[in-house]
Amino acid sequence: MEVFDAISAKFNYWIYIIIMMIGLYAMMSKNNLVKKLIGMSIFQTAIILFYVSIGVKEGATIPILYHEQVHPAHDSGHHGSDTEHAADEHVTAHATDLHIEPDQFTNPLPHVLMLTAIVVGVATLGLGLALTQKLYREFGSIEESEILESIKSAK
Amino acid sequence: MIEQSPAIIVLAPFLFSIIVAIVGVKREGICFPLVLLSLAITVAASVATLIQVVDTGPIRYWFGGWEPPMGIELRVDGLNALVALAVSIVSLLTAFYSKRAVPAELPDKVSQYYTLYLLLVTGLLGMVLTGDAFNLYVLIEISALTSYALIGMGSKRATLAAYKYLIMGTIGASFYLLGVGYLYIKTGSLNMVDIQGQIVANGLLGSPAIIVSFILIMVGVWIKMAFFPLHAWLPNSYAYGPTTTSALLGPLVTKVMIYVMIRMILTVFSPEFAFIELDWNNIVVWMSVVAILAGSISALAQTNLQKMLAFLIIAEVGYMVGGVWLADDMGMVGAIYHIIADAFMTLCVFLFAGIILTKTGKRDLSAMEGLFKKMPLTMVGFLVGAFSLIGIPPTAGFFSKWYLIQGGISSGQYEYVVALLISSLINAVLFFRIIEIAYFGTKPAEGHGHHHEEESAEGVTEAPFSMLFPLLATAALLLGIGLYNKEVVAIITDFVSQFNFGVIIP
Repeated sequence: MEVFDAISAKFNYWIYIIIMMIGLYAMMSKNNLVKKLIGMSIFQTAIILFYVSIGVKEGATIPILYHEQVHPAHDSGHHGSDTEHAADEHVTAHATDLHIEPDQFTNPLPHVLMLTAIVVGVATLGLGLALTQKLYREFGSIEESEILESIKSAK
Repeated sequence: MIEQSPAIIVLAPFLFSIIVAIVGVKREGICFPLVLLSLAITVAASVATLIQVVDTGPIRYWFGGWEPPMGIELRVDGLNALVALAVSIVSLLTAFYSKRAVPAELPDKVSQYYTLYLLLVTGLLGMVLTGDAFNLYVLIEISALTSYALIGMGSKRATLAAYKYLIMGTIGASFYLLGVGYLYIKTGSLNMVDIQGQIVANGLLGSPAIIVSFILIMVGVWIKMAFFPLHAWLPNSYAYGPTTTSALLGPLVTKVMIYVMIRMILTVFSPEFAFIELDWNNIVVWMSVVAILAGSISALAQTNLQKMLAFLIIAEVGYMVGGVWLADDMGMVGAIYHIIADAFMTLCVFLFAGIILTKTGKRDLSAMEGLFKKMPLTMVGFLVGAFSLIGIPPTAGFFSKWYLIQGGISSGQYEYVVALLISSLINAVLFFRIIEIAYFGTKPAEGHGHHHEEESAEGVTEAPFSMLFPLLATAALLLGIGLYNKEVVAIITDFVSQFNFGVIIP
């Protein structure tokens, strides 16, 4: 039972590790260069999953403040008739005593970091495919063993 | 202007890479002057930053004025500023060399090559200067992606090497990213100094998550620096790529990753954690002993000059990792000094290898027959680099080994000292073999190959100025860093002395 609890309480970690190992296995053991790149993509996706999962909290929502939270309901009706100066004062006055519970919002930072990591992953994949294409033009194969064979026979 | 110098170091090559990409496609002739100009600006900014750091202590540059830990900062101290200066000078000298080499080797890709070149330099300098752990990941990937492309532009075998490097490099960078993730879970921060502050404030040093993150980051960084069992990607990538690529990557990439390891140990985790709490020192020093010996012995087996030098880099990485993990002030000073010395000596021998390949068209050691007569100045430059790698005074290589050996003795790791000495002897054998071939080398007396051999060797003349100048400048710098080692070491000691290594290894 204890083992089950340990697994179920941290299942996101278990899942990312399993996915990561699948990717790593493909990168290490596949002979086909495109399959290796697929493995690499899986490997990177596992890390993205890990990051995304650490930002999530139970019962929390997206980190955006609703209009009512910044402008409580009673003055939202005649908001338009206010002068700009007065509206500014309203916002600053509410912003200072605005009470925000961090528990209600998921942590957006890991997600933002992963946007960068996704871009890096796409660039790596693109470069990997370009290199594979160049290898195919030069050796006429995308099987690693055949390429190594033709390098050996060229010597 | 002067207070913006840390940002200029990174931004100059970055902005110029965009200009080169736009302007260079139509007018290839303009690429080289632009590259030279941007790297000259970088060197000037690095010098200004170093002077500032020495005068007034560490600089914290906040990008856009946003205060860390929310904003991103460049944090420059004695260690950073020195490594950044070394990186910018090496890239400037390699750019000089590239003037003839790039159009000759990659005739229709000049502007693309230089764009990637400047982006790679941007990535490396950013890694050296940044004070943010996630930023470091992005910059690692920028420099890695550009270097895969720079290698892949070379010969047939270089493409396969670049592909393997891509796979290994991605694993390394991903491990680093995972490690940063665990650090973020525990500390909620990505700023290096802030992470350490949080770890200390919350007493997290013994936490399993922090230990896991340290292991992941170290393994990732070791893959990236080609620490011995994880080195498989390096030799072919550096041996078969375009010669300018080898001369840029060989000296810089591994050394910058060693800088990252030192930064992680000292600034993010603390030396107390890495050296006392974990108690890995003996294991890692033994691993580095194996790396030194394996690298040197593999180098001995090579007949391809570039490949031999690539294996020497693996041995040198062993020197530095071992020096850091001796957990001793002297060892740390030696390792940091060796980063700078090794950047220049590797540059020197790789430039030489590039000149030989361009001039003779051969990668073989036998290509060097009788070169002392034909290209005396090139050989003088090579001799200084070779002497530095062997460790003959007064070159920089002697002093770095001297500090490393002192560190090994004072921390009681005699196996490391023995490995260093054996490796120096092997280096001596390697380079005196080349010197012998180049000085006394006689042409083979076999009837058939004789005529052809003679003809190809006859055509060899002294290298052109654009190749000779960086080689001789590097040789002069090696002597300069050696002779003025006191000044350099004073800056390093000043940096190292703020950390407490008081560890006696049983």
